[in-house]
Amino acid sequence: MCLGVPGKVVMISNENRTALVDSFGVPRWVGITLVPDVEVDDYVLVHAGYALEKIDEGDAEERIKLWDEVLEAEEEK
Amino acid sequence: MGKRILKKEEEERARLLMYRDRQLSRRILQRVKRKGQELREKLGKSPVFMEVCGTHTVAFSKTGLRKALEELIDLRSGPGCPVCVIDYGDMDKIIALSRLENVTIGTFGDMFRVPGSHSSLEQEKALGSRVEVFYSPSDAVQWAEKNPCHQLIFIGVGFETTAPMVALSLQEAEDKGLKNFSVLSLHKLVPPALRTLLTDCDLKVDGFILPGHVSAVIGREAFDFLSQEFSTPGVVAGFEPVDLLGAIDNLMGQMLEGACQVDNNYTRVVRDQGNRTAQRVIKEFYDVVEKSWRGLGNIPYSGLDLKEDLKKFDASKRFPVEISTPNIPQECRCEDVLTGKIVPHQCHLFGKECKPQKPVGTCMVSPEGACGVHYQYDNN
Repeated sequence: MCLGVPGKVVMISNENRTALVDSFGVPRWVGITLVPDVEVDDYVLVHAGYALEKIDEGDAEERIKLWDEVLEAEEEK
Repeated sequence: MGKRILKKEEEERARLLMYRDRQLSRRILQRVKRKGQELREKLGKSPVFMEVCGTHTVAFSKTGLRKALEELIDLRSGPGCPVCVIDYGDMDKIIALSRLENVTIGTFGDMFRVPGSHSSLEQEKALGSRVEVFYSPSDAVQWAEKNPCHQLIFIGVGFETTAPMVALSLQEAEDKGLKNFSVLSLHKLVPPALRTLLTDCDLKVDGFILPGHVSAVIGREAFDFLSQEFSTPGVVAGFEPVDLLGAIDNLMGQMLEGACQVDNNYTRVVRDQGNRTAQRVIKEFYDVVEKSWRGLGNIPYSGLDLKEDLKKFDASKRFPVEISTPNIPQECRCEDVLTGKIVPHQCHLFGKECKPQKPVGTCMVSPEGACGVHYQYDNN
């Protein structure tokens, strides 16, 4: 039940605190009250029709890089 | 210009999709297997890890990781499926509400087939009750607005992840001036359940894989008590194969090094202190109260009731219903499955009297219940 879907904010409607979020090609208006500082082009995690949290893309990339380094070092042994 | 934008988007998507990259997952799996072997030799047995999130239960099976790791870890499911831990009495209350004149029950799809003592919403709908399934509580508010002659009672189930969304839907109903929308709050909180599990149950859990989206709301720090008070390590995890393997790798690493802490492996979404706005919403709309959990019994401060000043939206106050003592199927062992004492196939109803088509207990009926998931993905 705690399923969350990532998506990119395409448009923000400040009037009713919603945003159009594109989840890998599927667009949907979602509530953004819980992510007050969200901006267009941000990635968010959507749960039950509301953005639950912003996704830190830099962090996402960093962790994958770290995995690569760790695994490469191990595999060379 | 257009091409450049598309390329940027493709790169961004690729970055997020790396967490389900097969080759990377395979490489991490090899590392986890090596570590697992080492740990088994050290302990003389497989470590017991527990996930406490229905979405993790599904992810471990669907990705094939449960099978791939079965020789090395004893992976249990805890009380992490909100539908599974619904008390029989609460389900009977929902059924009684669905039978009221002029009432429509609004619910997440997961609840539709959950059995109460004698019936389910699915059966009640077949008998003439009105039941609407919604993806979002916000959709339920819009339905109520379009159908002013019906009283819509939305069933608020779910953990900390979902409670703020249901609260915000009440705000929407208030803003629209709706008088035909109310909520039956059955929301529950994860940390008190883990505390009860660690205090009362005989099972020795060596490490917890912690629910990513509950943690997005309450923060990693909310689970520090696991290591500090119970000397049990934990790791907050996402839901892709790289996330799941990373979590197992982390717990194995902690055990091998003799470390014991609550780590965050889902930092792209989860902050140490969680989402403060969501926490404020929960505080503003709900009181923390004792709730009854299937499998764990009554747990103090483990659930959320709507605050007194929201009683006009509180279905339990607006539509009081009487129910008789719940009738609990004696042979069903959902309670033991939910506390990780047994794995699904150890229940002798599993796959025989109890199947997804004709479930006896909640763990078989919920799409995220351990029994249903094992039956669908891991049953040989």
